[in-house]
Amino acid sequence: MGQVDAISTAGAGLAASDSPTAVALEKRGRARQTGKWRPRRVLFLAAMYILLLTLSAFILLPASWMLTAALKPDLQPVFTIPTEWYPAHFWAWTNFGRVLLGHLSFLRYTLNTVIIVFFNIMGILISCSVVAFAFARLRFRGSKPLFYLVIVTMLIPWQALMVPQFIMFFKIGWYGTYLPLIVPSFGGNAFFIFLIRQYMRTIPRELDDAARVDGLNSWQIYWRIILPLSIPVLTVCAVFTFISSWNDLLGPIIYLDKQQTFTLSVALANLVTRAGTPWNLLMAANLLSMIPCILVFFFAQKKLIGGIASVGLKG
Amino acid sequence: MAEIVLQNVSKVFGDGTRAVSSLNLEVADGEFMVLVGPSGCGKTTALRMVAGLEDATDGTIRIGDRIVNDRSPGERDVAMVFQNYALYPHLTVYQNIALSLRIRHVPRNEMNQRVTEAARILGIEELLKRRPKELSGGQRQRVAMGRAIVRHPRAFLMDEPLSNLDAKLRVQMRAEISRIQRSLGVTTLYVTHDQTEAMTLGQKVAVIQKGVLQQVGTPQELYRRPRNTFVAGFIGSPAMNMVEAPLARDGDDIVIDLAGHHLRVPDEVLTARPALMTYVGRTLAFGIRPEDIEDAALVAGADGSIVHLQVADHEDMGSELLLYFDLEASPVLTQDMQSLAADRGADELRSLEEQARNRQARIVARVGSRSQARSGEMAAVHVDMRNAHFFDLATGEAIYGDHVPLESTVSAAGRAEGR
Repeated sequence: MGQVDAISTAGAGLAASDSPTAVALEKRGRARQTGKWRPRRVLFLAAMYILLLTLSAFILLPASWMLTAALKPDLQPVFTIPTEWYPAHFWAWTNFGRVLLGHLSFLRYTLNTVIIVFFNIMGILISCSVVAFAFARLRFRGSKPLFYLVIVTMLIPWQALMVPQFIMFFKIGWYGTYLPLIVPSFGGNAFFIFLIRQYMRTIPRELDDAARVDGLNSWQIYWRIILPLSIPVLTVCAVFTFISSWNDLLGPIIYLDKQQTFTLSVALANLVTRAGTPWNLLMAANLLSMIPCILVFFFAQKKLIGGIASVGLKG
Repeated sequence: MAEIVLQNVSKVFGDGTRAVSSLNLEVADGEFMVLVGPSGCGKTTALRMVAGLEDATDGTIRIGDRIVNDRSPGERDVAMVFQNYALYPHLTVYQNIALSLRIRHVPRNEMNQRVTEAARILGIEELLKRRPKELSGGQRQRVAMGRAIVRHPRAFLMDEPLSNLDAKLRVQMRAEISRIQRSLGVTTLYVTHDQTEAMTLGQKVAVIQKGVLQQVGTPQELYRRPRNTFVAGFIGSPAMNMVEAPLARDGDDIVIDLAGHHLRVPDEVLTARPALMTYVGRTLAFGIRPEDIEDAALVAGADGSIVHLQVADHEDMGSELLLYFDLEASPVLTQDMQSLAADRGADELRSLEEQARNRQARIVARVGSRSQARSGEMAAVHVDMRNAHFFDLATGEAIYGDHVPLESTVSAAGRAEGR
């Protein structure tokens, strides 16, 4: 503090002469008092960091606990008191290998899940974007009431549809296959249709005009102009679909009966048996199944941000 | 390349607004026609109807020898340049220009050749790999034009393409557009609200107000022989001075009584406007352009039309001097004049109304820079009555002889059809 005073008084003392050195010194003095490191700002930053670290802890600590548990050999107690938050004594990395390739064949389950999730995403993107385009850009009779009808279907809870849907799929012989889990997404999803339509409405209509004069028909405008410009919102829909589909437990449990067809969520749930639960393997499997989600999120982030910047408003 | 003919074209929107009323317009093959008028007058709607982006409620639109009312924009073989350029943001400049060719399955070699040719004409060859967001306004404008040129269309349609450019760039691009159009010889329909653009670019200019065509002619015709007060007040900047004044007989002369000052109407004017004689003893709208009022000291051999007025204000532009006078007369306050003032700004409209209330018309004179006149002093100004304009106060129509045709020059095609 004393040093600061010295500099500022020196600056003030020399200010009268107006030389460049005097001005610079005075500025430094002032900066020390009012610049980047003033007490109030330091306090603010400290508070922010503490808050962020605490919040991160809520997310990272459970993951860290899972890792600790996953690295323990069989028959080692996992729920200890005091809780072991980070791996300290046991480092059984082989657990991961066992889970993937051993008799538990989590690799197979992962593959099953990937197939279902992939087709779900395709179905949603194709069906919802086409429908949203029709509502956003095409003028036809009854488009408004039809759109409201689509929105209204969002109000129906899926639990109410669960049983009738099952009966329907059973009657046409789709029980035991992946079809009941994939085909409905090709029928669209009211929420995504709404989201995509709202986004498409922000795309300037002049682009459509220019495209029409260039000779593009409605399908070409959709495919070549509107769809590429909608990548940000499509990314959002894809990520949402991925997460809900990847973690979906109820669907696969209802419709899948053969063990080789099970998805990750089902397989994880099945590890918890009345005859005891191999917690270390379960935690290892859980951690593995989290990885694709994290990867998808990282890649989606880039696309989301990049996409938004490319929609130039003037031209 | 083809002519564009609109016959009785009207557009009424769903909520009842009449955007365009019975528009009859002909753009000859290779001609540069400018559609000009204040904002909201229906010129853009008319252009969009020619493009096919709006359906005409009534009338026929012909491009070349085909009636195109029922054809989609792509089928009409026209190219359009938009005010906001409307470039595809996710495509490169090359892809933007080439898209229309790709859609028509033009072979790659030819497509490449045509795109590079268009880029060369516009001077944007180095920009072909860039995206629109990396370009300046002027560059984007050129890309938009390139997109139009590359198609070799039968007509260019331009919707205020220069409005979003700064003044200097606008002057530059104006010359470019003119040059390109002349070298390519493509029929062009150009919409703008800027009368300077209309006067400098157009071979023919069509003035539109509230969806109704006011007059069509060369810029000089519109300037020298306006058909009504709207055209007279719209064309020319600063706008024509319009004052209510009685036409009287003073001995052997016919004079305009301008707030006590008697301005003699020259014989040549009386000859050119035979109908004027019927207005003797009545009040009419007297119009005189600022450039036709000059400092008497700078006029050689000035005749009797010299008026002594107090200069209320002046603006020294360097190259010329604008003098403002307050005349004890009513400004013309018809609907046309009010819309014109409103179009120039809310302040203008308020000022006009105030002038009418106080019977103090503000007159503008554009005098030479060497004039010594300044505000607060008396000035002697010479009014060139040879260029005086006279309009009927009730109808707003110009007083000439017989009824002035809407289209000052009837096209050969029209005559052939016996219209």
